Amino acid sequence: MSEANTQAVEKYRNNFLKEVEERVEEGEWVKMCMQCGVCSGSCPFGPHWAHPPQEIFMMIRAGKRDEVLTSDSMWMCTSCYNCIVRCPRKLPITHIMHGLANYAHRLGLAPKGQPTREFGKMFWNNLVATGRVNELKLSLSLYFKDGFSQGIKNAMAMKDVGLGMLKAKRLNPFELFSPHGCKDRKGIHAMLKKAREIEDRRKHLTS
Amino acid sequence: MADQKIAAYICQGCGLGERLDTVDLAKVAQKEGKAHVVREHEFLCNVDGVKTIQNDIDSEGVTHIMIAACSRRAKAEAFYFPAVAMSRANLREGVIWCQPDTDEARETTQEMAADYVRMGCAEVKKMIQPQGNPGAVRNNRILVVGGGMSGMTAALQAAKAGYGVVLVEKAGQLGGWAGKIYKRIPSRSPYQDPQDTGVEEMVKAIETDSRIKVYLNAVVAKTGGAPGRFQVEVGQESGAAGTEEVGAIVQATGFSLYDANNLPELGYGKSANVVDQAGLEKLAKEGNGAIRRPSDGGEVKTVVFVQCAGQRDASGKHLAYCSGSCCNTSIKQAMYFKDANPDVNTVVIFDDLRTPGNGEDFYRSAQNKGVTFTKGKVSAVEATGNTCKVTFHDLILNDQNATIVDADLVVLATGQVPNSGVDIDAKLKAEVAAANGDTSLLEAIEAQEASGQKPISVLNLDYRQGPDMPQLKYGFNDSHFICFPYETRRTGIYAAGPVRRPMDMVQAAEDATGAAMKAIQALENAAVGRAAHPRSGDLSYPSFRIEGCTQCKRCTVECPFGAIDEDEKRYPQFNEPRCRRCGTCMGACPVRVISFENYSVDTVGSQIKAVDVPDEFSEKPRILLLACENDAYPALDMAAMNREIYSAFVRIIPVRCLGSVNTIWITDALNSGYDGVMMMGCKHGDDYQCHFVKGSELASYRMSKVDDTLKGMGLEVERVRTFEAAITDIERLPKLINEYAAVIREIGMSPFKGF
Repeated sequence: MSEANTQAVEKYRNNFLKEVEERVEEGEWVKMCMQCGVCSGSCPFGPHWAHPPQEIFMMIRAGKRDEVLTSDSMWMCTSCYNCIVRCPRKLPITHIMHGLANYAHRLGLAPKGQPTREFGKMFWNNLVATGRVNELKLSLSLYFKDGFSQGIKNAMAMKDVGLGMLKAKRLNPFELFSPHGCKDRKGIHAMLKKAREIEDRRKHLTS
Repeated sequence: MADQKIAAYICQGCGLGERLDTVDLAKVAQKEGKAHVVREHEFLCNVDGVKTIQNDIDSEGVTHIMIAACSRRAKAEAFYFPAVAMSRANLREGVIWCQPDTDEARETTQEMAADYVRMGCAEVKKMIQPQGNPGAVRNNRILVVGGGMSGMTAALQAAKAGYGVVLVEKAGQLGGWAGKIYKRIPSRSPYQDPQDTGVEEMVKAIETDSRIKVYLNAVVAKTGGAPGRFQVEVGQESGAAGTEEVGAIVQATGFSLYDANNLPELGYGKSANVVDQAGLEKLAKEGNGAIRRPSDGGEVKTVVFVQCAGQRDASGKHLAYCSGSCCNTSIKQAMYFKDANPDVNTVVIFDDLRTPGNGEDFYRSAQNKGVTFTKGKVSAVEATGNTCKVTFHDLILNDQNATIVDADLVVLATGQVPNSGVDIDAKLKAEVAAANGDTSLLEAIEAQEASGQKPISVLNLDYRQGPDMPQLKYGFNDSHFICFPYETRRTGIYAAGPVRRPMDMVQAAEDATGAAMKAIQALENAAVGRAAHPRSGDLSYPSFRIEGCTQCKRCTVECPFGAIDEDEKRYPQFNEPRCRRCGTCMGACPVRVISFENYSVDTVGSQIKAVDVPDEFSEKPRILLLACENDAYPALDMAAMNREIYSAFVRIIPVRCLGSVNTIWITDALNSGYDGVMMMGCKHGDDYQCHFVKGSELASYRMSKVDDTLKGMGLEVERVRTFEAAITDIERLPKLINEYAAVIREIGMSPFKGF
């Protein structure tokens, strides 16, 4: 358990709904759900979720903090926006799902090894390093995320595509050693830091 | 009758002239119909045609007219001659529009038209133009029983329209349920917050209105008479009783909350912190919005609202229905807490949240204010010290044992039970149940009788049918639920508000306004001796030949409206203003002594006999169709407008209600050689559509016994058939007729022809 989590538990005690309202992106909408179930019925991944959105909202109201935050359900969202389009109460369900996932991640409660989360982390770190996504590095780190031998297998399976891209000059192997970044790397980092500060303040994560 | 002068008019418009031989029809009217004056006209409903008829009435001394043109349902304004008796032969919808325009069909089409002309002439001969009830009286006052939201609204609306009101309220002050609550569900935009009840203003308006006379602490001790001349004895606790004469009555006796003592599993009676909705309103009113924990006056941090407590219960132990107003009430009550302190945890545990009207906005507003809504079913409320533990089945998370501990207050939404008085059919229902093997109802009634306790009546009607209005399902007062929600089976008496069906305050006010209008209509009609709903404007009324009456009481028992009492000599005593003119008494009378001036056993019987029945070898059967004029007949008219073709062998006679069909018509028809008799009436049973509530039911009961008669006559049982018809059965009815004609063809012609 992270320190942030301990602090959150301390602060909100049993009122998980209030915690979600204050700290989760679009969380103030959760109370407006009227439990019609249209979101769950509309979700193309519905049958694969442990808890579809309707249930997640009910669990939040019932104060089931651990079950919600450690669940991998909201990580399953593919952002198809079917639920948002159909919700009769106009809840931004997709955004709430991402908000919950992000919050669970920040508290260190999100499920370890969840593929969407792993990829999200890779993408972010890759992007932040130079201010630009390095596609070669990103693909390789994705190939090798499950170990060296699996990585070789993945790379071999994709070799035709890779060579084709190389030929068409869509892939530069030198990017691996001297990645090119944006013009003002320092500026980008300062900007991201500031954004994080603002967000944390808005979400009551700092006092 | 010597002074009868009959005129027959044959129209040639709307294609009648091309399709039919009107010269021949005129001859039929003259020779067989014995009309003194016969005229053909190329366009009878135009100014000239109408003038021709009016001239004959004014200067030729015509007393009876037969118009052979379109359906009696068409051109009623043009053919309006109130001074004379009139019959209509339906040649357009009844003949040319429902028969094919072919050379082969010409003969049967002409025969059909000729028969309708004969029938029209025969009918009008037996008719007398009704003059209205000479004993009609006017009384411009309305009795309103009950001084709650519905009663006060009805009183104010009637007074506003210029009518006097007598308002009788059981309690010591006006207001009813509305007077006991802290705030009401919002009735106007934006439907966000609880709103003041407005009861004080209403009470003030009533007290200052000179047209409204209020009796408090009073009940109706006796109601006698009929619309236009009700005599009401008002009894008061002090013993002082007033007698009031009124023209019509509105019963707005409201509801009581279902007794929460029946719900011990939900903790009621075990802890002071478990209350029903009335209990919470009382706490809110006493504290002027600040609600403390009843057991010790402590602070309320968590409130749980239990919806459907003792309602929508499938086990038969509690109320089986939804009261439709408690969800909004609980939302409102949760707002009492949230508005005072947003940190109070308010949880509404619902199965289905039903928020009619603008309640959806109100519900959203409550969610915005942070009221938590949980879909579930509460199984138990246990009190421990000053708090309660609520156990429920969470229906979304499918958690059988979800709990809320430390609830300071639990509010049970128990629903509405109508204050509808005595169930006059209780014994009958109990006997039916006992016959089906369930004696519990009968035992309960016997136990009550043995204890000497009498159920308390609201109206104490001096009617032979019993002291109160009949009840529909679940004890709610009578109402013609499907077609005419305000109408009850007691003419001039209207139920309004939650006594009629569960409803909230907005609906009750609307309902009461409607009932007040209906009451005004009833007393205005009674004042001129006219029927109210549904034959509004009808001046005829039933009378009977006392010499023929055998005092069998069938008419008094079967009248669905309690219009007929028995006098000291046990003869039927008709209360015309209570009568709806359906003729059910006429259909019931075994000795056929009951008749209306313009509708009698004779008017229909002579039509049946007027039809020309071809002999056995003609291969032209005759089928009599008695069609309810409210649904079946218009449906057949509409079928004809759509040019739906049906058998040319059918002869249709509209009847006021299938209940008015006297079995003599059936035997007469069969004896005179008809091959089959069809009857079409409205749907009966729990969701009846009969305008006269019981008419079609009684008819089908009577006809269920006709088989024996048929067997006695040596006829096949298929020769008489009863059908249920709705006004929407436009395509179905012609099909039914054709199918029946095929059945008759199969079983062959009647052996009774030519006698």
